[in-house]
Parts: sequence; structure tokens; C-alpha cells
Amino acid sequence: MAVETTTRAKLRWGLLDVLVVVFALVPVLWIASLSFKTPATLTDGNFIPREWTLDNYRTIFDTDQFVRALINSIGIALIATLIAVVLGAMAAYAISRLDFPGKKLLVGVSLLIAMFPQVSLVSPLFEIERQLGLFDTWPGLILPYITFALPLAIYTLSAFFKQIPWDLEKAAKMDGATQGQAFRRVIAPLAAPGLFTTAILVFIFCWNDFLFAITLTSTERARTVPVALSFFTGESQFEDPTGAICAAAVVITVPIILFVLFFQRRIVSGLTSGAVKG
Amino acid sequence: MADIVLDKVSKSFPDGTVAVQDVDLEIADGEFVILVGPSGCGKSTTLNMIAGLEDISSGELRIGGQRVNDKAPRDRDIAMVFQSYALYPNMTVRENMAFPLRLAKLDKETINQKVDEAAKVLELTSLLDRKPANLSGGQRQRVAMGRAIVRQPKAFLMDEPLSNLDAKLRVQMRTVVSRLQKQLGTTTVYVTHDQTEAMTLGDRVVIMRGGAVQQVGPPQELYDHPRNLFVAGFIGSPSMNFLHAAVQDGELHTALGQVPLGDRVRRELEAADAPRELILGIRPEHFEDAELVDDDTRRRGMEFEAPVDIVESMGSDKYVYFTVEGEKASAAELEELAADAGAADFAGAGGNLVTRLSAESPVAEGQTRRVWFNLEKIHLFDPTNGRNLTLHEGRAAGALAD
Repeated sequence: MAVETTTRAKLRWGLLDVLVVVFALVPVLWIASLSFKTPATLTDGNFIPREWTLDNYRTIFDTDQFVRALINSIGIALIATLIAVVLGAMAAYAISRLDFPGKKLLVGVSLLIAMFPQVSLVSPLFEIERQLGLFDTWPGLILPYITFALPLAIYTLSAFFKQIPWDLEKAAKMDGATQGQAFRRVIAPLAAPGLFTTAILVFIFCWNDFLFAITLTSTERARTVPVALSFFTGESQFEDPTGAICAAAVVITVPIILFVLFFQRRIVSGLTSGAVKG
Repeated sequence: MADIVLDKVSKSFPDGTVAVQDVDLEIADGEFVILVGPSGCGKSTTLNMIAGLEDISSGELRIGGQRVNDKAPRDRDIAMVFQSYALYPNMTVRENMAFPLRLAKLDKETINQKVDEAAKVLELTSLLDRKPANLSGGQRQRVAMGRAIVRQPKAFLMDEPLSNLDAKLRVQMRTVVSRLQKQLGTTTVYVTHDQTEAMTLGDRVVIMRGGAVQQVGPPQELYDHPRNLFVAGFIGSPSMNFLHAAVQDGELHTALGQVPLGDRVRRELEAADAPRELILGIRPEHFEDAELVDDDTRRRGMEFEAPVDIVESMGSDKYVYFTVEGEKASAAELEELAADAGAADFAGAGGNLVTRLSAESPVAEGQTRRVWFNLEKIHLFDPTNGRNLTLHEGRAAGALAD
């Protein structure tokens, strides 16, 4: 009886899962399919292209506009991620391990930043950056990205640090480690899955941002891919850039997928098992 | 190797709670000292202060004659075994044990040699390449000990190292710890809440309560001559029986009958501020089935009759529980002990007496039995402050002493 119920439950859940996956993936596949179609068959309504072509990809990589934006995107997102994760790790470590005055305030303020509507900050940021000469530069985007990614990083990382038994750190100290050595050789390796998870989340946030990127840039100097896409117009005004836009969308989705797949193994929890009984 | 001296060491927290109060303790070189007490008595805090994991609020701590109050744990050259073992899960057994040596910047060859040596002592050689996750509880415990002994520190600190093991393994590991300590001759401070571990392992036992030391001494001395009600109740399993006793005309009125008093106790009770009510304590083994007592022994004690509640036969002897009428002994210490045993709200029958009788005793549940008890082994306690009134110059002399 029990086995029967579980198979039925499994079936039901499986069906539900398939439904959700299909719902989420159909638009993505559609975009991918459009990117492989020729301009003539673009609107024929076939899910699987009748005529396959790589012209769209050739087009976007031929235009300087897109390649430059891709470099901007990768550079800005990577730098912002690195800084946010390093700062976030230090802050999260302090929050999870130490009791210092103003701790609650710090956590509260970072939560406040995370909740602040970004739209309302766009115009003041625009003015500030123009005054400071940061407008349309890499730092001009990296800075606000770090600001909004930090609360996220701090929250995820402090949850990870809290999971690591404090006894391990004490043991390291007793074994002769300094505070720094204890962090580097014992805590950091154990927090690695957390660091990678956070890095991926922050990277995706920076990579996908459109709002800041479109307000705080004006030329190819710092324009990122999501914005560049919106400026896509093809060679002449009579050309339909749908295929090229789709190809670009696929190109910017691929790094994220690769990123996640590559680090997937690192994101498994349970690395801390065996440290302490329980 | 070194001696450890605690000189009026105290620990208080910013919110005003005092965890440890003026602990004076001299631990000789090579000695095995046990800190024992119910949870929250400050024993772990004391250990952490010796380790350097917690600051000392006042007083002085000396290791090997050197003041170490302000030294970091790594500069004290002591090793610690944690209750949770605290093995590094990302390292193999070998790497775990080599960790302190690598931090000490020894060369690879020496490290390998020392790790192999320690692994041999603890029979870990075949496990050296495993990760902690793939070890059993007992094996992890041994790795934790291995990590401590591998660098030959001045002293070992052990924080309830066996409490995560199951009962059988715990008994086995107890002998391992004991043998290891004798073999290495390293000063060891061992924290436990288990009085059996305290009795069996240590050269000396320190009993703590509410951050203060109650009594320090060899296990047998604590057992035979407890300084106060708390020590008497904490040490021993099953624990000492406590009965309410009223002082009247130089005698004690108890649930077991009129207990005569010797001159010395009577003199003490004649003082103006002497308590009119006492707590009488007898250990279970100081009872015997009246039938089995010879006349010579009989004269040293007295007898009473009580209905038998439960008989637990251990093979070697019998634990017999009697129901006795009368007022229950009450004191702050007793309540605390009951709370620690988890029985605060479960007092059981009004007066339950635990006795350990010879296996030959034909006692059976439901009958009423005549029981003898030894008056020379009785302890009398002042319920207001817990002091043992029968203790004279550190020796308990029973109720009849002149």
C-alpha cells in the first residue's frame, strides 16, 4: 500500500516538475530557435527552424557595438562580484562570529539598502556621477552594483558562516593558528560553497542589470550588453534586427548557464559533515 | 610539561553574571585533575580560561610558573580535545593530526614521523587517509586525541571528550584516556558532568557549583568525607539518601527511628546558633539486611523496618528501594541536584530510600523487611548552609563519635 502511494506521489510530483520546467524553458528555447532562423522564416511560426543559419551570430559579432558591450559586461560584473564577495565575506564573518556595538544597526542598514527601490536612486546617482566624472565609466557602474550586491552577499554568507561550528575555529587556535590562519586554512575552505553561491548570485545580479546600465552610461565606453541590446538596430533602418537580438540574448545567457554548471559541484552543501558529531 | 596554577581566577560577563568565582587550584606537573559539576557550574568556563579561549576577568593563571593571562592560546602550548571533536572536515585524518605541526613549521619528515607515532598509539594507522565524515564516533574521538598528543604540549585540556559516545564505548575510552595519560605523564585537566568519569579517571577531583569550588581531593576522599551536602549528593551512584532529622534531647528524630548522637556532634549542636533541624545522609551501601549482620557489626548501627518497594538485582548485590514515612529533606543544594538529574518536578514518593544489600538477602517486593544501617557512616548536614557537621579535621566520623 505504502509503496503504491509513493509511486503515485512520485508520478504526480514528476508531472508537476515537468510542467514547471516546460513553462520556464519554452520562452528560452523560442529565443534560441529565433536566433537560428533566417529573416525570411522568422515569422513562420515554426518552433523548429526550417532553415538553419548562423548569420545572426555572425552579424552581432561583426558589429563593434556588441563585442565592446560584452567586454564591458564581463569586466564590470566580474570586478563588482569579486569586490562584493570579499567585502561581504569579511562583514558576514564579523556578523556571525563577533558581538560588536552597532551590529544590529549594520544588519538593519544593509537590509534597508536591499529593500530600497532602485528607481528612486537613479536620478540622484546620475547627477552625482556626472559631477564626479564617474558617468559612463566602469567604476560608475561597479560602485552602485557593489552597493546593491553587498546586502545580498552579507546575508547569504553570514548564513553559511553560522553553519560552520565555532569549535573548529577554537580548535585551530588551540592547534597554534592565528586568527588569520584559522580563517584561511579552516573556515574559508569550509565556506567555499557559500562563497561560490554568493558569487554566482551577485554575478547574475550585475550581469542582468538594465536600469543602472541604461541611466549611467551613454556610449560604448561602459555600456553593458542588456543596454546594448536595446540599441540594436541592424545595418540599416529597414533591416529587422529580431534575429540578431535573439542571438545576442542567447549569447549573454550562455555565460550564466556555464557559470552555474561549472560551479554546481561546488555548491553542494554537506561539505562540513563529519566535523562534529550530530 | 608543566604545572598549572589558578590564583583567585574569576570570570564575570559584561551583564554582571559571574560564571567563575575566585577559583584557587594548583595542578601539579603530570597530574590528572577532573573538573566536575552540574551544567552551568563554571567548569567549562574555567577550562576555556586555562586554554585562553576566554579572557580572565581577575586573578592570575600560571602555566609552568609563567603568567599567561594575556597570552593567546597558541602561545600557551597546550592542546585541547573538544566535546564535538572539532575535526577539520576538509582534511584527512593524517592532515588533521599534522595541522598543529604544520603550523609550528616543522619539516615534512618530522611531521610524518610524529603523526605515525601518535597514530600507532591510538591505533589509527589504517585510518590515516580517511576523511572525518567516514569515521565512527569512537574513531573521531581518537583522532581528536591524536591531534592533541601529536605535538607533545605542556598540558592537555579535555572538555567532556567522551560524552558523545554511547555507554559501552565510553567505558572503553575511559580506560584509553587513563592509560594514555599515565603513559605520557602530561598534566591533564578534564571537564565532565559525569561523576562516574570523575571518580574513575582523576588523581584529584574538583567539584564546582555556581562558579565556586566546593571541594578538591582524591575521588575516595570526596566520597568518604564530603565537606558539604552538595558534594555528598553529587558523588556516588546511586546517590546518597537524604532524610529529614529533628534534633530533640540529644537525639535525632528521623523516619528511620531515634538516632543516638555521640558527644562531638552533640557539642556542636549545643551552640546557640546550631540548627534544630538537620539533614541525615547515608550511602546505599551502608545498609544491610538485618538477618545477615553479625552481632559485632550490629552494635555499630541500628535497625528499622520498612516496606520494600522495588528490588533490582545486580547479580553481585541488590538495590532495594524502601518506602519510608516522614518529612522530606529539603535544601537548596538538594533541589539543584535534582534539577541537574532532570528530576526537579518528579520527586517520586515522599520518602524513597535506596539501599544496597548483599545478594544473599532473601528480600522480595511487597514484604516488610528489617534493615540495619551503619551509624559510623552517617553524615549530618546543616540545611541552611549545607555544611557537613560530622566532618572533623577533614574526616567524617559518623554520628556516634566522641
